[in-house]
Amino acid sequence: MATANEIAAQDFSAVVAAHRPQIFRFLLASTRDVDLAETLTQECFLKAHRNWGRFRGDSSAMTWLMRIAINLQKDHWRNRRMQFWRQARTNSVDLDEASEWLPSGESSVEQQLLARERVGQVWKAVEGLSERQRTVFLLRYVEEKELSEIAAATGLSEGTVKAHLSRALAKVRTELGGRR
Amino acid sequence: MSLTDKWMDEELDPELEQALRSFRASVHAWSEAELSRPRAATTWTAVHKRSWRLAAGVALAAVLTVGGVSGGMYERHRQQERAAIAARAAEQQRLAAAQQAREEEEDLLAKVDSDVSRSVPSAMEPLAQLMAEDETQ
Repeated sequence: MATANEIAAQDFSAVVAAHRPQIFRFLLASTRDVDLAETLTQECFLKAHRNWGRFRGDSSAMTWLMRIAINLQKDHWRNRRMQFWRQARTNSVDLDEASEWLPSGESSVEQQLLARERVGQVWKAVEGLSERQRTVFLLRYVEEKELSEIAAATGLSEGTVKAHLSRALAKVRTELGGRR
Repeated sequence: MSLTDKWMDEELDPELEQALRSFRASVHAWSEAELSRPRAATTWTAVHKRSWRLAAGVALAAVLTVGGVSGGMYERHRQQERAAIAARAAEQQRLAAAQQAREEEEDLLAKVDSDVSRSVPSAMEPLAQLMAEDETQ
């Protein structure tokens, strides 16, 4: 007969299996650094595992995990205030390299080039966003979260989330418009 | 993309929506490719890169620390040396001044003595004569 701890461990394993790709993807898009995204994903689940017993289920496990991931990402950049070390340690891929991942389904070469250009422009706009705007933007347009879920994960009100999204969209629109 | 909110629909023109779709698909493709990459290779590369960077960082920090500490110690040592030299010079100056003062005092006393020794014989001469007269009487 399985003990309570074993059941809890099995539950947590299922949570990891279900949500790890999404957490990794969000951190990858936030940092554009594969190694860092992997490290932060592991830290996220380690932290979640330590506090799994205290997770009351007020929000979904995904929202709870995303909140941990956002805080870890914030802490990571805050703890490296010295620009020299930030530069020395960063392993982010450049915008062109990030844009090379083409969406499937673009049939012709022209369509592929156009799609690559669009993706590059969005990456450029994302790079210019504030940390909070970027987080909200990625949760909405990459992870397809509802406003209420974004608000719960970031600790912001829905109104504030809307405002950040509007500003982020305006910047993306400007970037796209500038290249027409 | 499930952009069902009214306010969102109002904000998204077809070109922007298409760009966001492409961006989303691109990020998903990149993430899936990284996740499906063999773990051992990725981990080793990551560990190797991180180890190298960490070693370089530690070495640089060690060099800076040792440089800072030894520089500080050298500077402190030099300050102490300078202070000792200054103290020795001040002591020598003080001794020289004292010696000079002593010499001046001795010169003055010698001068006074010589002045006195020159004036006393003539001043004492009548008294000496009287003493000599008493003895003859």
